Amino acid sequence: MQHEAWESEGAKGTLLQVKDLRTQFFTLEGVIKAVDGVSYDVRQGETVAIVGESGCGKSVSALSIMRLIPYPPGRIVAGEIWFNGRNLLALTDEEMRQVRGKEIAMIFQEPMTSLNPTLTIGRQLTETLEAHLKMSASEAEGRAAELLRLVGIPEPERRLRQYPHQFSGGMRQRVMIAMALSCNPKLILADEPTTALDVTIQAQILELMKELSQRFGVAMVIITHNLGVVARYADQVNVMYAGKMIEQGSARDIYESPRHPYTLGLLRSVPRLDQPRKARLEPIDGQPPDLAHLPPGCSFRLRCTFAIDRCAHEVPPLIPVGAGHVSACWVADTLHGK
Amino acid sequence: MGTIGPQPGGRRQEEANSEGDILLEVRRLRKYFPLTSGVLFQRRVGLIKAVDDVSFSIRKGETLGLVGESGSGKTTTGRCILQLDRPTSGEVRFEGRDLAQLDEAELRPVRRRMQVIFQDPYSSLNPRMTIGQIIGEPVRVHEIVQGKEEVRERVRELLSVVGLNPRMADRFPHELSGGQRQRVGIARALSLQPSFIVCDEPVSALDVSIQAQIINLLEDLQAQFGLTYLFIAHDLSVVRHIGDRVAVMYLGKIVEVAYRRELYENPLHPYTKALLSAVPIPDPAVEAKRERIVLKGEVPSPLNPPCGCVFHPRCPIAIPECSQVVPELREVSPNHWVACIRAEGYQSAPAHSG
Ligand SMILES: Nc1ncnc2c1ncn2[C@@H]1O[C@H](COP(=O)(O)OP(=O)(O)OP(=O)(O)O)[C@@H](O)[C@H]1O
Ligand SMILES: Nc1ncnc2c1ncn2[C@@H]1O[C@H](COP(=O)(O)OP(=O)(O)OP(=O)(O)O)[C@@H](O)[C@H]1O
Ligand code: SF4
Ligand SMILES: [Mg+2]
Ligand SMILES: [Mg+2]
Repeated sequence: MQHEAWESEGAKGTLLQVKDLRTQFFTLEGVIKAVDGVSYDVRQGETVAIVGESGCGKSVSALSIMRLIPYPPGRIVAGEIWFNGRNLLALTDEEMRQVRGKEIAMIFQEPMTSLNPTLTIGRQLTETLEAHLKMSASEAEGRAAELLRLVGIPEPERRLRQYPHQFSGGMRQRVMIAMALSCNPKLILADEPTTALDVTIQAQILELMKELSQRFGVAMVIITHNLGVVARYADQVNVMYAGKMIEQGSARDIYESPRHPYTLGLLRSVPRLDQPRKARLEPIDGQPPDLAHLPPGCSFRLRCTFAIDRCAHEVPPLIPVGAGHVSACWVADTLHGK
Repeated sequence: MGTIGPQPGGRRQEEANSEGDILLEVRRLRKYFPLTSGVLFQRRVGLIKAVDDVSFSIRKGETLGLVGESGSGKTTTGRCILQLDRPTSGEVRFEGRDLAQLDEAELRPVRRRMQVIFQDPYSSLNPRMTIGQIIGEPVRVHEIVQGKEEVRERVRELLSVVGLNPRMADRFPHELSGGQRQRVGIARALSLQPSFIVCDEPVSALDVSIQAQIINLLEDLQAQFGLTYLFIAHDLSVVRHIGDRVAVMYLGKIVEVAYRRELYENPLHPYTKALLSAVPIPDPAVEAKRERIVLKGEVPSPLNPPCGCVFHPRCPIAIPECSQVVPELREVSPNHWVACIRAEGYQSAPAHSG
């Protein structure tokens, strides 16, 4: 692959800075605060994981960076997104189109709806190559085949002529990854990039992405439910709950000394192959909150076994609990070693 | 009991009865897709052997976990069982009848008893229907309950069973998150009170705490209604939790099948071993020290599968014979079936505790 664009970048500065991002959906049921004051940084070459309950706003936060929130009903109502010295929220639509796909690529959560069912896999890959990298048709085709091989799809020349429905779920997901890699982006937002893949291919693809980030400084934001993947590949972990960041820290800190009750529950609910099988899994009881009708105080309170009176009235802010480790919980200090 | 593998009747049937009735039996199932090229005249330029001679059976109330390579034919196997894809050859015996021989009209009543939870919740929900309509429609069409208000009540019940706020009934699929949509798919599958469900990656779109809720739920429903599951998944730790037995597929074939504990403690096929060693453990300290078997070579293609054992080009223990003979799925110890000629030839430490 050609990586000039990546190599020209220098030191390990901050590549992406999300500041107090707020994205809302205005629906008949009320205002859904899908992303409610989220901030985080991504440095060059770094892999940042975003984890959290289904429906807590992970995808919406990534789509906001790409400015792909459907309007209506959605809108980014506040915040700044600094990327390479520019606030993406201040760009014109045309400027943003240049950034999208080329400088920032996104691997979408739903491969079937993001692939065009009426176009061959080959056409979908060559289209972006021709448009963004100004390749000729034959160059683009060669590159497309190379990309498919890179993500582990055998006989790519023949596969390029097939349509999305003729691919297995995992193969479609790999096509999405190939597309994201195609224009040598500086930042890849990967929304559940490997859920549909078997563990050997998952490892192969994540190793590939890791290698790209180490060699060329490509940064990655990985949204995933797979805490094993996070443990293996992430440098930083951001935990979201109900539209907010509730814990941030290095992967080691988060796993070794989680300091938010939700994170504790999350880690406890995963079945682990290195431990004996439990008779029953331990979910976090109760329902995720309705983002249109959030309770006052801490939004985790109704499911929290550590809650105190204060939790019902005051929203806990992110406070430091260690070096580079923050938690939004009133009793974070007492959770040490739990 | 030996209910697996293409062996002749005798022992299988007898012992199966002693452990419970067989609900589903798949025999020598094949599904080949033609690969065509050309726009006007579709020339056939090859065959994709998506499923190639697969046999297994599932007893009433049992969960068979199906894991394996991406593209190895797991979804196609499930679709062939449900007759959503018609098998190229082979039998699918469900409640005693070979579904492959039935026409659409004969299949209709059977379809109600077999449901599916899809891998891809996005494309499986009609975007123009509300969640309430999506779940309520089968209830209404099959007259599970009578009357508008009853249907609505049933929908509310199903929504709360899968952990969704009943208020969601008025929303449209695009207004839900991925995991929320997946739960709608589960509610819809449950709405017809089936006896058998193909769960195709039912929890991979969910966060782990909700995964745990759904798996506990599937287990409760199984205990309550005697449901039988074919549970397809990539997450081997989830499959260890829910599967009674586990089958491993590679390139259109089943390469190993055994009871859960045996499979995880004593995997015999080199592909199964590689798979287990690649499972990421949710603990950075453990991960940093772990050894993994990295498979060499390219993933083979079902368009042009390798001769002999389909795994031989990537197999760390292959010998010349492996490229010549197709290994039979054979019972190397009671109820432990492996398709590898070297299965007993080498041993290594147990991979994981079952
Ligand atoms: N177009 C929309 N209209 C209304 N609400 C929406 C829309 N898109 C998303 N939402 C809501 O915004 C919230 C956040 O959704 P998002 O897709 O970001 O969740 P997520 O964290 O990615 O979940 P998952 O892990 O299930 O993918 C959800 O409650 C969802 O219902
Ligand atoms: N309708 C179709 N037409 C042509 N080929 C198909 C079709 N459906 C599936 N295939 C091919 O059959 C093979 C098996 O696909 P299948 O979807 O069963 O795999 P899978 O094991 O479920 O994989 P995954 O884990 O990625 O979902 C793949 O090579 C796929 O490309
Ligand atoms: S702030 Fe209170 S309710 Fe929220 S997580 Fe901490 S203890 Fe639980
Ligand atoms: Mg999402
Ligand atoms: Mg599949």
